Amino acid sequence: MERDEIFQKVRDVLVESLALDEDEVRPDAKLTTDLGAESIDFLDIKFQLEQVFGFKIEDGELFPDNVAQDTEYVSEGRLTEKGLAALRERLPHADFSDLESDPKVTKVPEIFTVDAIVKFCENKLAAQSG
Amino acid sequence: MRWLWIDRIVDLAAGERLRAIKHVSLAEEHLFVTPAGVPVMPASLIIEGMAQTAGLLVGHAGGFREKVLLAKIQRATLDREATPGCTLMYEATLTRMDPQGASCNGTVHLRADDEFVPIGTVDLLFTHLDHARSDEVFGNTNFVFGESFRTLLRLSGIEPPEATA
Repeated sequence: MERDEIFQKVRDVLVESLALDEDEVRPDAKLTTDLGAESIDFLDIKFQLEQVFGFKIEDGELFPDNVAQDTEYVSEGRLTEKGLAALRERLPHADFSDLESDPKVTKVPEIFTVDAIVKFCENKLAAQSG
Repeated sequence: MRWLWIDRIVDLAAGERLRAIKHVSLAEEHLFVTPAGVPVMPASLIIEGMAQTAGLLVGHAGGFREKVLLAKIQRATLDREATPGCTLMYEATLTRMDPQGASCNGTVHLRADDEFVPIGTVDLLFTHLDHARSDEVFGNTNFVFGESFRTLLRLSGIEPPEATA
C-alpha cells in the first residue's frame, strides 16, 4: 500500500473518531493539542486502525502504556534520560523533537502527530508483507 | 426505581452478539410530550438502553471480571420515535475487545405493528477500569454489574456473575 493511500485511510479514521474536517488532518498536526484527542480517543483510534488495516496492535505498541507512571522513568514530573530512551525505543514512529527539549510527562501525548500514525501503519504493513 | 432500560435479554451469542427488548408503556414517567402532543421515549434513554445491552455483552465476554464503563458514543442516529405500545429491540455486536476495552456496533429496532424494523444505529466504545486503581478505590466490588443487572440476567436465563462483597 502506498504512503498516500495509508495517509488517506488514517485521515478517514481520525475524521471519524475525532469528528474533524478532512483539511484539519495535516501530517504535522498533533493528535491532542491540534486535533483535540482525549485519552479515550486513543483506544478508539487503535480499534479503528486495526479494523481498517486488518492488523493487530498490541498494548503499548502504538501509544505508550505506563511509561509515565514508572518511577524509574519519571522524576518530578519530567521524563528522565532513561525514560526518554525507553519511549524512543518503544515508539520509533513518534516525533520526539519537542519532548527532548522539554520532557514534561504532560507533554508525552504531543509526540503523536498524524505523520507518526501514518509511519506506524506503514511499518506494520511492511512487516506484515515481509 | 431501577436504572434499567432493558426488560429482557432475548438472545446471546457469547462474545459476538446480544439482543434485548424494552417495552414502552404510557405509564412510564420518563416519556416526554412532543409539540404535536405525542408522548415518546427520549432518544437519550434509547441510547442508554443500547449502552446497557452492549455493556452486558462486553461484561459477559469478559466473565464479568471487568468494570465495564461506557467511554464514548461514536455515532448515534435514530430515524423514528418510540411511542407507548411499541417494543424496542437493541442488537449489539462486539467488534473489538482487548484488555483496555471494547467497541460495539448497535442497531435499534422498533416493533410498532407486527414486525421489527431498524430505526437507528448507536456505536459505542467501552473501557475497562484499571484493576489496580479501581480496586484501591472500590475494593473487589464490581459496582457496574450490580443486583439489577444480576436480576435481569437471571430472568433472561443467563447465569449472572457472583455477587461480590
